[in-house]
Amino acid sequence: MASNRMNGARILLKALADQGVDVLFGYPGGAVLPIYDELFKQNDIRHILVRQEGGAVHAAEGYARSTGKVGVVLVTSGPGATNSVTGLTDAYMDSIPVICLTGQVPTHLIGNDAFQEADTMGITRPCTKHNYLVKDVNALAQIVQEAFYVAKNGRPGPVVIDLPKDVLMALAPYVQPPKTQHRSYRPQVKGDKALIREAVALMASAKRPVFYCGGGVINSGPTASRRLINLVRDTGFPITLTLMGLGAYPAADEQYLGMLGMHGTYEANLAMHGCDVMICVGARFDDRITGKISEFAPNAKKIHIDIDPSSINKNVEVDIGIVGDCASVLGELQKVWTETRKKPSKKDLAPWWEQIAIWRARDCLRYHQAGDVIKPQYAIERLYEATKKRKDVYITTEVGQHQMWAAQYFRFEKPNHWMTSGGLGTMGYGLPAAMGVQVAHPDALVIDIAGEASLLMNIQEMSTIAQYRLPVKAFILNNEYMGMVRQWQELLHGGRYSESYMESLPDFVKLAEAFGAVGLRAEKASDLDGVIQEMIKIDRPVLADIMVDKTENCFPMIPSGSAHNEMLLGPEDEAARPISEEGMVLV
Amino acid sequence: MSEATERKHTIAVLVDNEPGVLARVIGLFSGRGYNIESLTVASVDLADNLSRINIVTSGTPMVIEQIKAQLSRLVPVHEVKDLTLEGPSVERELALVKVKGRGEKRVESLRIADIFRAQVVDSANDSFVFEVVGSSDKLNAFIELMQPLGLIDVSRTGVVAIARGAKGIRRKK
Repeated sequence: MASNRMNGARILLKALADQGVDVLFGYPGGAVLPIYDELFKQNDIRHILVRQEGGAVHAAEGYARSTGKVGVVLVTSGPGATNSVTGLTDAYMDSIPVICLTGQVPTHLIGNDAFQEADTMGITRPCTKHNYLVKDVNALAQIVQEAFYVAKNGRPGPVVIDLPKDVLMALAPYVQPPKTQHRSYRPQVKGDKALIREAVALMASAKRPVFYCGGGVINSGPTASRRLINLVRDTGFPITLTLMGLGAYPAADEQYLGMLGMHGTYEANLAMHGCDVMICVGARFDDRITGKISEFAPNAKKIHIDIDPSSINKNVEVDIGIVGDCASVLGELQKVWTETRKKPSKKDLAPWWEQIAIWRARDCLRYHQAGDVIKPQYAIERLYEATKKRKDVYITTEVGQHQMWAAQYFRFEKPNHWMTSGGLGTMGYGLPAAMGVQVAHPDALVIDIAGEASLLMNIQEMSTIAQYRLPVKAFILNNEYMGMVRQWQELLHGGRYSESYMESLPDFVKLAEAFGAVGLRAEKASDLDGVIQEMIKIDRPVLADIMVDKTENCFPMIPSGSAHNEMLLGPEDEAARPISEEGMVLV
Repeated sequence: MSEATERKHTIAVLVDNEPGVLARVIGLFSGRGYNIESLTVASVDLADNLSRINIVTSGTPMVIEQIKAQLSRLVPVHEVKDLTLEGPSVERELALVKVKGRGEKRVESLRIADIFRAQVVDSANDSFVFEVVGSSDKLNAFIELMQPLGLIDVSRTGVVAIARGAKGIRRKK
């Protein structure tokens, strides 16, 4: 009995190992020293030392999204915990399973304004799926097990475990907790059969159907994507994906209309606007998707499949809401669809596809690359062309114009290969996320498609990347502006570019060298392919500084407050349609 | 949607009796901009360590659906029941009402208390504390009548509610 006793820190590591954790992204500090001491004594779990705690959470997000596993973060109390808040909020918005272990002052000091004390429970309550304060070392193993269950079941999300230092040092035996059903949290996985039959009947009656699918399909796992592909091909319906859903359906497929939403394709948005039956799978009718809500898909009957009951009828009232896991519900839908006798034939859907062909013919992603100046769209297309034959390419992004161009011009054929901050829109996400992806896939080609402004928000992680020799590439579309801010200022604020110009940017080539990485630069269109090739070839971290057109705007665009059929397709469209006062108030 | 009428709903929530659970519920309401008209909470099952929260809120049917779905997805929440929608229910509230006065006003307050079946739980030469139990409307009416008779203080519990009939709030025990 006595020999089985160990301190809380050791119990924690054992419990993590029991959950299959092989890597932690963390940063030490006073309150978590007992954990770091135990880490030193073992070899099961690898620790990646980040340079700021915010980077650790994004790295864990990248790790989680690219593997389907739970990402784990270890930070100290006070500032360690508060620095992780942005990443936790990001993971919460995008439903990414992350466990964040935060140190805490000893239990008897909690509430005394002790050194490096913060009310981590209070601060993280609204930005996590759940959080735990461990007050008794005997409860620790059970809480860790429960935290993993909560993080990955139902709609996934971040979970915080707050660990007072005295609990980490207290002795107790380690008992692997029995696998029991959770007391209260039991998300519904299987969809209601009657509703599924209703949904199939509605689909079978459709003349202008469209699938609208999102990150929920990816979160549900590769089976969900496979079933989605089967069902979409079987039905012959068109499909569009959200920013978070890219890769859930192969971009090369002819039934794919491209991404929808504010910077989605003309054909995807008009198909959404004109459809008579919409099948939403694992997406949440976000404002970037719907545009003006009162004019969203005005003539459509809507089916919504989501594991989170609170997503259904939140922004848009739907006709059939099915609560359940995407993979499970898609499987059932397929079964009933196969059994259904009367359903639309190719001929029945032909007029709809003809209409879509007309929209496609507008070629909304067209741009003009001419002369020396590199168009950002061209840079991404060349990057895609140079990497498309490889099977192991993972793309992360920061937030802004480059993110939208990456979503529009890089094509994803498989799930879990695209990592971006969708809901929260966190600048500085991409570099640490790429780091996490590379840790999970050491031999893969991991590229952060970045903007120069976003990249600087977590540039310190270059140091981590160098330390662990992670061959992460940052492909910087450098327009010396916060491009999306500049674009909105041009369209909405009379071209008054208030604080959106990046004065005094660093020399990214020298910056790379300072971090022990390789710096490359392309200034002319003719440099581009060479730089891309070299970047891919070098087996070390690279900052590739791609100097792009400074004033290029991201189109198509649904201006805020407008409907899907009021898209701007390019600069020629802008002047014709001034943006309403109502629209300006929206973000 | 936006034209849909707002209606008052009483929602009962069975939760783990643990620190922070009330903060989660209140944070959900404040964070998402829902109303709380009344909220009561107390431990109801010591063996299973459960508390019951009764919330009176108002909103359009879509908002009420959201509130219930949001409550249901909180990890320590066991059950969420809309007592307004799901069959008949009984609602009660208790108020302690302090009235100061002499002479005719004092007698009048006693007379009204009698009509409302309010109990006198404290009596001094120039004041009473009444305990009155009933629906929120009844309490409102009582308090309004006490206003001109020297109303000093009101303390109300908020609404507690329970469904009529044999069925309990828990699906299984």
